[in-house]
Amino acid sequence: MLKAPHRLGLVFFPAYDWAISPTHPEREERLLYTQDQVWEEGILDIDGITEYRPRPAGIKDVERVHICVPDVRSRAGDSDLIAAGGALVAADAVLRGEVDRAFAIVRPPGHHAQRIVYGNRGFCNINIEAIMIEYIRRRYGPKRIAIVDTDCHHGDGTQDIYWHDKDTLYISIHQDGRTLYPGSGFLPEFGGPNACGYTLNLPLPPETGEEGFLYAVENLILPVLEDFRPDLIINSAGQDNHYTDPITNMRFSARGYARLTELLQPHIAVLEGGYSIEGALPYVNLGIILALAGLDYSWVREPDYSPAKVAQPREITDYIARLCRETYAAWRQRHEIRARSVAGRKEISRQRRVYYDTEGLLELQKETTLVCDDCAGLTWIDSRCADRGEHILAVFIPRDACPRCRQEGEKLFRRADRRTYTGVYLQDRPEDLLLKE
Amino acid sequence: MLIGLDMGGTHTDAVLISGGEVIRHVKVLTDPADFLASVREALDTLLEGRDPATVRRINLSTTVCTNAIVEGKTEPVGLLLEPGPGLNPSFLACAKVNVFLQGSIDHRGRETGSLKVGELEAAKEQFAAAGIRCLAAVGKFSVRNPAHELEIAKRLEGSYDFITLGHRLSGRLAFPRRVYTAYLNSSVWRVYSRFAEAVRSYGKSRGLKIEPFILKADGGTLTLSGAMNTPVETILSGPAASIMGALALAPGEDDCVILDVGGTTTDIAFCAGGVPLFEPQGIRLGPYPTLVRSFFVHSIGLGGDSSVRIADRRMAIGPQRQGPPVALGGPAPTPTDAFIALGMLPVGDRGLAVEAIEGLGRSLGLSVRATAHSILDELAAGIAGAVGRLLNYLNSRPVYTIREVLTERKLEPRRVIAVGAPAPLLKPFLEKALGLPVEVPSLAGVANAVGAALSHPTATLAVFADTERGVLTAPEIGWQERIGRSFSLDDARQRAFALLERRLRELGYTEGTPEIEVIEEQSFNMVRGFYTVGRNIRLKVQNRPSLGGLKGGGNCHA
Ligand SMILES: [Zn+2]
Ligand SMILES: [Zn+2]
Repeated sequence: MLKAPHRLGLVFFPAYDWAISPTHPEREERLLYTQDQVWEEGILDIDGITEYRPRPAGIKDVERVHICVPDVRSRAGDSDLIAAGGALVAADAVLRGEVDRAFAIVRPPGHHAQRIVYGNRGFCNINIEAIMIEYIRRRYGPKRIAIVDTDCHHGDGTQDIYWHDKDTLYISIHQDGRTLYPGSGFLPEFGGPNACGYTLNLPLPPETGEEGFLYAVENLILPVLEDFRPDLIINSAGQDNHYTDPITNMRFSARGYARLTELLQPHIAVLEGGYSIEGALPYVNLGIILALAGLDYSWVREPDYSPAKVAQPREITDYIARLCRETYAAWRQRHEIRARSVAGRKEISRQRRVYYDTEGLLELQKETTLVCDDCAGLTWIDSRCADRGEHILAVFIPRDACPRCRQEGEKLFRRADRRTYTGVYLQDRPEDLLLKE
Repeated sequence: MLIGLDMGGTHTDAVLISGGEVIRHVKVLTDPADFLASVREALDTLLEGRDPATVRRINLSTTVCTNAIVEGKTEPVGLLLEPGPGLNPSFLACAKVNVFLQGSIDHRGRETGSLKVGELEAAKEQFAAAGIRCLAAVGKFSVRNPAHELEIAKRLEGSYDFITLGHRLSGRLAFPRRVYTAYLNSSVWRVYSRFAEAVRSYGKSRGLKIEPFILKADGGTLTLSGAMNTPVETILSGPAASIMGALALAPGEDDCVILDVGGTTTDIAFCAGGVPLFEPQGIRLGPYPTLVRSFFVHSIGLGGDSSVRIADRRMAIGPQRQGPPVALGGPAPTPTDAFIALGMLPVGDRGLAVEAIEGLGRSLGLSVRATAHSILDELAAGIAGAVGRLLNYLNSRPVYTIREVLTERKLEPRRVIAVGAPAPLLKPFLEKALGLPVEVPSLAGVANAVGAALSHPTATLAVFADTERGVLTAPEIGWQERIGRSFSLDDARQRAFALLERRLRELGYTEGTPEIEVIEEQSFNMVRGFYTVGRNIRLKVQNRPSLGGLKGGGNCHA
């Protein structure tokens, strides 16, 4: 049999007994043909590839990242906890040194789930990558981590969770938000006041082909990673950029995904979206597995593949080149950009409307962050969700909180008027606690 | 009367069972140059003074095919592969002549690339130039649609002595295993055919009225002639014979560990609720992972004849065997010498054993008795450690549904059955090391032959039904039929049961209604757009290996 040059751990959790609804894209059948392909290829007989059994993530693992209103069990089902737990198992395999890389092929996905959770957004309840990353830091010590989100949709949940964290670089390439859910993910979304530049968005135009994706990886993502020097690279490996995907408009291929993975060399890849369950997923997942293991993927090919299906017009090529240039320039100037935006300000606020498409809920947020040179800065969010009858205050003491930000946070939590809010929450990362009143 | 015979590497064991009791057992040396001679010698001894016409069943576990493969004495094969898209298939070129064909079938069984007939003509010339007489044809996803393999067979058969078609070997998805299994099957076809022919004419000359059965690695049997199509199924049946024997001699419905302690190795197997665990995919033979169904058996290099030495001021045992025990003229002390030195085993020269054990203990400052105990404790600890690791592995195997993640059933053995020659003496040491009661049946030394004698035909059957395509396929028996839109999981289950029962009858199953169970079943609605376009049903059924014919062990049919 074959031997894999890189030892690879696989966590496969197709949740064959769970669907959002019978005809929803997130249904039992989604990973069936992927499993057929992976099994028929004999992937698990390859020397150096090991399959791991998923386990449910703990409530505490979720609370480290999210404020679920009113609580975790009301918002996250068994399938969510097992998908997140699958990512934890993958992380353990890598960080214990049992494997060089790992791939969690799990469902449902997570990258649209934000810090505050009132319900399901874009098929996601809880953010499985973020839960994994914070688990890694808690269990294995501080790490600089880069998340590269290659799902076709902007990972607005992951962006929100790491908005203030300059130890976690979030780079997303996705279909332009003017043409696709969730509508966000543009260059000006560049990170919070204390983590300016550590969120990078590259909105690619519809019909971007194989060339465009690989260009963005080679000319933006890799140079930024080179500068950032992460300890770990996490790939949110959504597969809906495929030319056969029914809910998006891109022109990427299985072999393209494999090449992207080979360039990126992520330590851990986590499946996100991807809804072309027969035409794409079996081949894309296989391509990613082979690339992670360091095996030849040149024979991976969709039955209906042709170069014309992944070609892009000249204008798109030029547009992407310009976009990459501008984004990389902004990244290089991130310190100057921050200095200008926080000059003379003690705190910075923003207002946001967060829409939960699956259940039709609307959340209104006012978020405030202390400008701080010593830590990620205290943040608090005043959040209302009239559809759920909730009005909460969420206070976030960051992982590296300085004494001032900690004191301010505790004070805010203590003094918040209990009559105004249906719930007051304190997420205390250094103490690994979630307090709720 | 029932006869069971297990041909091992060094010995061939055989038993004669009558009235539910073992009434005669023999042990002869295996002659690797003439396997039939060993069979003849053992059977002649068993049948001495008895009427061969009253023998109702003969089950043989033979190493003919295993040996041919391990020793490279197989026939050159022409391999026709249709790999389709996926892994680079060059690593599968295991045969003398390997031909990679275009054409492909996808996961649903749809043709996504047609077979090129011209390539078959070119292949024929290559085979002719290399003097190839046996072929194997294997396509990716051929179990979902065997059309291309069948087309290859149609165009090539007649010009060759034997062709293995991949989809007939197993319904499991695992193209590389299918390739290796098909290759091995063709490569041992001739050696098996000759053996089968020789056994048949021997039986005729002795006046036997029945066709012998051959034991498989899954504890089931198939007829001598039935195995002509799938001789690969006869490989590595020895451990299965011992497991079946252990279960016949010490039956139970619980979780248990089965140990077969031999001279150089110990085989470890497990039962869940009284039923042996299977390899999830198939057995591995040398470098080849296969689809040959087998009990889960793990072999470790520790046995009664393993050599003992001191390393880092500790007792170290195995994995190599340097020869017989010192007491029998061997070069290095063994656990058997420890038994002899302790006076537990009256064979060989005890003085030599004591001297050897004393020599080992001197550097550790231990007495003969303490040294001997320490050796046997170490042997038992080695076996117990392996049992623990395997349990850990078995209890962390992946599952794919929420229900299975949340309601995990763990294997928790409550007892151990130990067979093999050293088992009776090793019992107290094993009990201490494993912390479990150890049962050593009285016929532990010939458990393998007993197990062989009591086995029945087994078969598995995979069924795929795709109501959108309107096709039901049962690859192992080459069955395809049209089905309607409303075909359900229940319908599929009924069909699978009927097809399996029919197959078992063909394989010589005569013991009443076979106990058929479902080992996997899944039914998925296939949704395209907002509409359900059909159902995708997968089902695997089998009959459990069953035992019959021994008093106190299972049902008595003898
Ligand atoms: Zn997506
Ligand atoms: Zn601070």
